[in-house]
Amino acid sequence: MLLTTNDVKKIAYLARLGIEDHDLEAFTHDLSNMLNLMTQMNSINTDEVEPMAHPLPQSQRLRADNVTETNQREHFQHLAPHVEDGVYLVPKVIE
Amino acid sequence: MNSAPWEIVIGLEIHTQLATHSKIFSGAATAYGAQPNTQACAVDLGMPGVLPVLNQDAVNKAITFGLAIEAEIAPYSVFARKNYFYPDLPKGYQISQLEHPIVGKGYLDIDLDGESKRIGITRAHLEEDAGKSLHENFHGLSGIDLNRAGTPLLEIVSEPDLRSAKEAVAYMRKLHELVRYLEICDGNMQEGSFRCDANVSVRPAGQTTLGTRTEIKNINSFKFVEKAINYEVERQIEIIENGGRIIQETRLYDANKDETRSMRSKEEANDYRYFPDPDLLPVTIDEQLKAQLKAALPELPAAKKQRFQAQYQLDHDAAHALTSSRAMADYFEEVVKHTTLDAKLCANWLTGDLTAALNKADLDIQDSPVSAARIAELLQRISDQTISGKIAKQVFDTLWQHPNSTADTIIAEQGLKQITDSGAIEAIIDKIIADNPDQVEQYRSGKDKVFAFFVGQVMKAMQGKANPAEVNKMLIAKLTP
Repeated sequence: MLLTTNDVKKIAYLARLGIEDHDLEAFTHDLSNMLNLMTQMNSINTDEVEPMAHPLPQSQRLRADNVTETNQREHFQHLAPHVEDGVYLVPKVIE
Repeated sequence: MNSAPWEIVIGLEIHTQLATHSKIFSGAATAYGAQPNTQACAVDLGMPGVLPVLNQDAVNKAITFGLAIEAEIAPYSVFARKNYFYPDLPKGYQISQLEHPIVGKGYLDIDLDGESKRIGITRAHLEEDAGKSLHENFHGLSGIDLNRAGTPLLEIVSEPDLRSAKEAVAYMRKLHELVRYLEICDGNMQEGSFRCDANVSVRPAGQTTLGTRTEIKNINSFKFVEKAINYEVERQIEIIENGGRIIQETRLYDANKDETRSMRSKEEANDYRYFPDPDLLPVTIDEQLKAQLKAALPELPAAKKQRFQAQYQLDHDAAHALTSSRAMADYFEEVVKHTTLDAKLCANWLTGDLTAALNKADLDIQDSPVSAARIAELLQRISDQTISGKIAKQVFDTLWQHPNSTADTIIAEQGLKQITDSGAIEAIIDKIIADNPDQVEQYRSGKDKVFAFFVGQVMKAMQGKANPAEVNKMLIAKLTP
């Protein structure tokens, strides 16, 4: 297998996904299989192929620099579990 | 300092907030100082189902910068997601650029005590800013204000070409001046529009491989950049000289304690797992847009400084001071256009009295209560000898208090017109010579210094209104036996 259970634990932590210990083996197996497929694809010669950043053969449309949004703070903060004086409150984070 | 055998290597990453009206991917306003979260729309909050739409002006400003540093502008540029978790980053990723930044390799020339040094710029890329975390007054919790989230940033990355904290500051100042000239960033460091991360390492002089570097995060003043780098250099040298080794890490500069300290929490999150953002198509930039933006480039600071030295016969320092901002340079040229007074004297006025008054009032030149036209009128009266330079200072002070008045009105109202009537001056000189026989004796016995005493006495008696050249000429004639 290309991945170890420790790799999977680390990836899960980086993505903040909670994975139960008894599922670790299965995830490691499935993810390794996906990487196996990548390894197979790596054996193809792609020297002549330009890497693409997007499946659509188009380029980004740009918008004019105009302010089009209005203040909807009340509306958005209605959904938040904890707000005060207009700010969202979260558990303390400090460096 | 025991750094003689050590070479210091510094590279800077500077984040400039682009001066657009709306955000990089949404139509929310970017104005500074609004009530918290009133300028954070559904896109900025990372609500499900929203899509980013790129701001043309942010792209234009990035290209403008690239053209000014003679960099290659990428015809094809890609946005990527930089993934990390922090409460002021609602989406869980920052939209940035990794492999195909919009601006490629360029350079900036800096001045160091009259010597020029070329500093390479590796790249500059577009990205969105995060929100702000507030830690005070929320009874043990953190407050999140997302007004800043999505503000367009241009991150400008230098080559590790800087060799001292002084060079780093010179580079940072030069870049600050440039982005303001280009009007792509307001340069307001207190408001965080221009912030710096410094990568610092040391190596024994002569070694070609780089030492292990540390990154000092988020330094927001020129003074702190210098202090933070100097502290970090000393710290690294001390560790190495004591047989230790440097750990590659992110550090924070604490201005209160004047030291850097490790930000360990940043380390474990350093695996950003970049990938192309599927919500955004690649950006293509055609020659036509580049040509159009190139044609719109203003005269850049270095060229302007050279032209000022040649066209107005200014010395390096005066030309440097007058071209430190586009507004100051424009003001100077406006003054010179409207007076026959020597450009050098005009320059002295602007860099001296006017700058002092502006500093005292904490104003920028563009907010000067006294316009260039009003200053030109005043200086014209020195040129045509209506008033002396000394009286002009007095007129200037009054003008500063009453900016709607004019130099001519003030001169007339306060009776400041210079006296060129030699009869009036002669009468005063005769009296002063008669009243001060001792000094006359001293002068005649060869003490030239006493001459200044007589000039002072005459000027005092005439309340500064006598023409100084005339006074000098007549005094010499009278004092010479």
